[in-house]
Amino acid sequence: MLVVQNLNVFHGPIEAVHGISFTVKEGTCVSLLGPNGAGKTSTISAITGVAKSTGSIMFADEDISALPVETRIRKGIAVSPEGRRVFANLSVKENLRLGGAYNAANVDSLIAEWFETFPILGERRDQLAGTLSGGEQQMLAIARALMSEPRILLLDEPSLGLAPKIVTQIFTMIERLKEKQMTILLVEQNATLALRLSDHAYLLNNGQIVADGTAETFGSNDALMAELTGLA
Amino acid sequence: MEFVAQQIMNALSFGAEYALLALGLAIVFSIMGLVNFAHGEIIAVGGYTMVAMAALSLNNPLIVVGAAIFAASIGAVTLERVAFRPVRYADPTTGLLTAFGVSIVLQNLFLLLVSPRPIAVTSLYFLEWPIPFAGLRISSLQLFETLTTIIVIVVMMLFLKRTVLGLAMRAAALDFEMVRLTGIKANRVFATAFLISGVLAGIACVFIMARRGSVDPHLGFDPVLMAFVACVVGGFGSLPGAVIGGFLLGAIEVAMLVLLPQSLGGMTEAFVFGSIALLLIWRPDGILTPPREKGDKQ
Repeated sequence: MLVVQNLNVFHGPIEAVHGISFTVKEGTCVSLLGPNGAGKTSTISAITGVAKSTGSIMFADEDISALPVETRIRKGIAVSPEGRRVFANLSVKENLRLGGAYNAANVDSLIAEWFETFPILGERRDQLAGTLSGGEQQMLAIARALMSEPRILLLDEPSLGLAPKIVTQIFTMIERLKEKQMTILLVEQNATLALRLSDHAYLLNNGQIVADGTAETFGSNDALMAELTGLA
Repeated sequence: MEFVAQQIMNALSFGAEYALLALGLAIVFSIMGLVNFAHGEIIAVGGYTMVAMAALSLNNPLIVVGAAIFAASIGAVTLERVAFRPVRYADPTTGLLTAFGVSIVLQNLFLLLVSPRPIAVTSLYFLEWPIPFAGLRISSLQLFETLTTIIVIVVMMLFLKRTVLGLAMRAAALDFEMVRLTGIKANRVFATAFLISGVLAGIACVFIMARRGSVDPHLGFDPVLMAFVACVVGGFGSLPGAVIGGFLLGAIEVAMLVLLPQSLGGMTEAFVFGSIALLLIWRPDGILTPPREKGDKQ
């Protein structure tokens, strides 16, 4: 579904990611792990076209690396970005409507479905998104991304800054998405949680892939897990 | 009593005009962070269109008004495409200088291609007749202007609340990149912002021309200055702020005209801007400050 080859990502003159390659197969969940500043979010930004990059990004057998942001999104890529970035000055419902902006036929039924999945969002449908708690905003950000019924979901740090109980809730939801065969590229600092969901994982450090493998190989490599989780 | 009612009507119609103008600036600023100082020249485009219509002996008021609004809208969208799109993601200063440049180029085009002198536009005199109402003589122009502005504000509110493009424009004021990440085309959002500002300039142009009765190359300077002030007073980038700022500016102006003694008559503007300076000491960001925080609440 998504094949990234020899990707370099730039922020202005600075190269943040140096020639990484990875693959996300249809219906699988792949995670990019690594510490702060490893280049995980830069990689996501390069896939959506927000950050400048060189190298090839193949999505559904088509090179999308020269396309503008909107065109890439319309090909079936959806992103729940780092920091959630819900539209704070719009209501919950309006956020979801924007998420489904070019998928107008199903918008109303999809919104109704999301309000069932996350009743708290339903209760607050007319409240401004900026007044939601961090966890609620994260739910909204994921729901907004999925309103476009994408072929791949890019999830950037869904657990960041959330209480453990909320994180569990969010990951239960991601698990359900995975059961529905949604293709997911997950960026996480919380490696234990991410590996539980992932079919395959890549470990980034300083803009390079330093290790990759299935969740099992990561799990059985004690030294690597110690490094990832910070637990010796 | 009668006098007070008359002055309230004056303040409303002044305020309505400023609100229309300020909305045109604010809608573009909220999305692009660009103060479009060429907005005044868009108004002049509408004025010269009226002149052209008269030259073609098309005097049907509806056609004249429609053509002026249409020309202003096309003008604004063209400016976006030709001048502002290339500097869209550049530094705000670049955008500002571009706007000044466009403004100067257009003024000189009017000067060279049409005439440096004012040209009379008579086709709008029909808008002005006195309406007797409860012992008052209300000017029809003032009534039209106030009502039109109210209708424009309602239509804009509906557009911004009910349509996807309207939602996208409100969202873009906060986080434009995220709007693109929902698949909404940046070009459409920008073009629509300029289209709306052009329509607003066209409508304002009709009232300005009905009052002035002539067009010259520098027609746009005063209106755009007042629009800028109204935006600053209301809170730059906030659309409700632009409306409030516009009406407040109208009220202050009429109050100064009425309250200042005859001997200070020539200094009305100084007093208007002086009171606005005082207002800004009280609220440096304007009356309504647009939301600045992003969605994150960590």
